[in-house]
Amino acid sequence: MVDWTDTEKSTISAVWGKVDINEVGPLALGRFRCSCNDRVLIVYPWTQRYFGSFGDVSTPAAIMGNPKVAAHGKVVCGALDNAVKNMGNILATYKSLSETHANKLFVDPENVRVLADVLTIVVAAKFGASFTPEIQATWQKFMKVVFAAMGSRYF
Amino acid sequence: MLLAVEVSFTEANESFTLCLRLSSVFKRIGTLLPKDSDGWGHASSLTTTMSLTAKDKKMVKAFWAKVAGKAEDIGCDALSRTLVVYPQTKTYFSHWKDLSPGSAPVRKHGGTIMGGISLAVASIDDISAGLLALSELHAFKLRVDPANFKILSHNILVVLAILFPNDFNPEAHVAMDKFLAAVGRALSEKYR
Repeated sequence: MVDWTDTEKSTISAVWGKVDINEVGPLALGRFRCSCNDRVLIVYPWTQRYFGSFGDVSTPAAIMGNPKVAAHGKVVCGALDNAVKNMGNILATYKSLSETHANKLFVDPENVRVLADVLTIVVAAKFGASFTPEIQATWQKFMKVVFAAMGSRYF
Repeated sequence: MLLAVEVSFTEANESFTLCLRLSSVFKRIGTLLPKDSDGWGHASSLTTTMSLTAKDKKMVKAFWAKVAGKAEDIGCDALSRTLVVYPQTKTYFSHWKDLSPGSAPVRKHGGTIMGGISLAVASIDDISAGLLALSELHAFKLRVDPANFKILSHNILVVLAILFPNDFNPEAHVAMDKFLAAVGRALSEKYR
């Protein structure tokens, strides 16, 4: 689907390798202790519609303390981990995930783009100045491929 | 959001029916969207017409007060990232000698952009009025495609996260995201 140079592959592995799934996963969904999920649910509150069964997600504090949100953040990061390990074939790797989101969960693919943007911001905060423009470009390319793969089974 | 549907000849009939059904759904959605002056409801206007609450304005002003001291660094880094991560944006700066991150023209222009953001903060109760002249400049003279405002906003948020990881908490993030979207909308107002 996509060509990766050796530099790009090693950049993504290096960035992801420094990310603690327990820390960032729950961070991108408050402060850099919350989940990737947490941040998405706070910054784009209409995404809460998918998490009706998660209990209280009514306030930032409730979201950041919600164990189901944190657990889901880890699931999301597990899937990203899979993408990093199969960079040459993300489309095939995400085939059944895409089908599940399309046909069972009915998740608007736009939410994946939103998650990708928030994850970029969370990773930037974690890495600080070492998240250079060039590394950001490679990371966002990876996010674009993940987004396309997640949307691939919708039609 | 534009949805693309691939049609093969053997499935043409079913797909055509699907397209008709989809288009009637979209028409109904369209009636719910706020209308632009051309009579079309645009999904993007759903995001841009989310107005700033009093809480948002307070948060933006407080956060900007903390970060304004580094405005030129923020502008320089955000513009550098825009040029590297979204290379199509270089089209607007082809007259510069050096488009590399942190170069002199990039730093200078980053500062100029942050001046505009500061003006927007000061005009937060009526951003459209405050940015009227800038909107005309971007619309008629610079002719920057408004899609680029979202790109720059994203990179400003990335830089804020890098420089102020503790202050840029979720509440500050949502307020700044909304504010930058409002700035983009105000800048787009005079386009047509």
